[in-house]
Amino acid sequence: MKKIYDTASSALDGVLQDGMLIAAGGFGLCGIPELLLEAIKDAGTKDLTFASNNAGVDDFGIGILLQTRQVKKMISSYVGENAEFMRQYLSGELELEFNPQGTLAERMRAGGCGIPGFYTKTGVGTVIAEGKEHKDFDGETYILERGIFADLSIVKAWKADETGNLVFRKTARNFNPPAAMCGKVCVAEVEEIVPLGSLDPDSIHLPGIYVHRLIQGTHEKRIEQRTVRKKETA
Amino acid sequence: MPWDRNQMAARAAEELEDGMYVNLGIGIPTLVANYVGDKDITLQSENGMLGMGPFPFEGEEDADLINAGKQTITELRRTSYFDSAQSFGMIRGGKIAAAILGAMEVAENGDLANWMIPGKLVKGMGGAMDLVAGVGRVIVVMDHTNKHGDSKLLKECTLPLTGQGVVDRIITNLGVLDVVEGGLKIVETAEGVTEAELHDATEATIV
Repeated sequence: MKKIYDTASSALDGVLQDGMLIAAGGFGLCGIPELLLEAIKDAGTKDLTFASNNAGVDDFGIGILLQTRQVKKMISSYVGENAEFMRQYLSGELELEFNPQGTLAERMRAGGCGIPGFYTKTGVGTVIAEGKEHKDFDGETYILERGIFADLSIVKAWKADETGNLVFRKTARNFNPPAAMCGKVCVAEVEEIVPLGSLDPDSIHLPGIYVHRLIQGTHEKRIEQRTVRKKETA
Repeated sequence: MPWDRNQMAARAAEELEDGMYVNLGIGIPTLVANYVGDKDITLQSENGMLGMGPFPFEGEEDADLINAGKQTITELRRTSYFDSAQSFGMIRGGKIAAAILGAMEVAENGDLANWMIPGKLVKGMGGAMDLVAGVGRVIVVMDHTNKHGDSKLLKECTLPLTGQGVVDRIITNLGVLDVVEGGLKIVETAEGVTEAELHDATEATIV
């Protein structure tokens, strides 16, 4: 089966539908599938729900789909860097479901592993626990959280081979593997597709079984908080 | 004299022991890394890294290498990377010895509120709820009072909780207190601060 597509738009052909649930990798602007998000904007798909740790900034990442009003709901842990997000949320145009960050990651991982629910201590006694099943195990209280089963996963990796085996780079891995695992279809964008056999099989971060479509592209890789220290002069 | 930010961070660093894996929050907790000295401490960044190094030199920033505050950082020889599910697996699984974090309110039963700022837009809890529920020891570093002079150590939190009964120790500009049965117990006071002054600045029950 051929997994490699020429462009982000062609890789998404036939998999986009209004109202679908998309799991997206990335943390802040680090390791986000920026090319696929751009292609979803061009496709004009509407009423999307995104399970994504963050919502990008106004003009980058998921933020570009907020500007075009293509997003109906976000499932996120932190959305602080996006003014347009806040405007739409406060005016009631956008739904928001806050998940603790680890709960969101585990919901994706669980969905990808065929696990519809799991119990966690995270959020017990907080607003997050309201309306959720509580259960005691060995004297401690836990709440039930649901696995996420997404219609589509969009992720960004560093390198891939043509079978979709993925290698990520540094902290750009973040939510990408769990997001990739929980979708019915997973489309990955990478910086480089390398010849078969050139990735060390022992160093594959995500096996190609999770990846259905693949594109290579040039990434802007924007830095959100450039922080440096001064070189000490000897 | 009450402690300043750096003195609070230095005091918090005394909580860390050789060999610990630790998660530091944003603000004063970040400064703790400057005071660990010779102790062998591995810092976790919950976006998927153990062995977090200092900020990069100008020109050496890497968009693929950031901390949980989205700042550019560097790696160390001991560094390892992993995905967010594994990162919070080690947090939830109790593998991280301690988290040092800021707070807006702490109650005498160890309840913590630090994710919704009064009068400001809600940005989200990020990984705070997972951290306080999962790590071995939760150490709060914060000013003893808010900008109106009101105690941040309360009988009950007024803000939405991040975690219930999760705080072990509180380090403020006035001293160090532990959450114990029945209230807070003074461990020490900042140099020149009396126990009476600390009592006066605290709403929570001191036992």
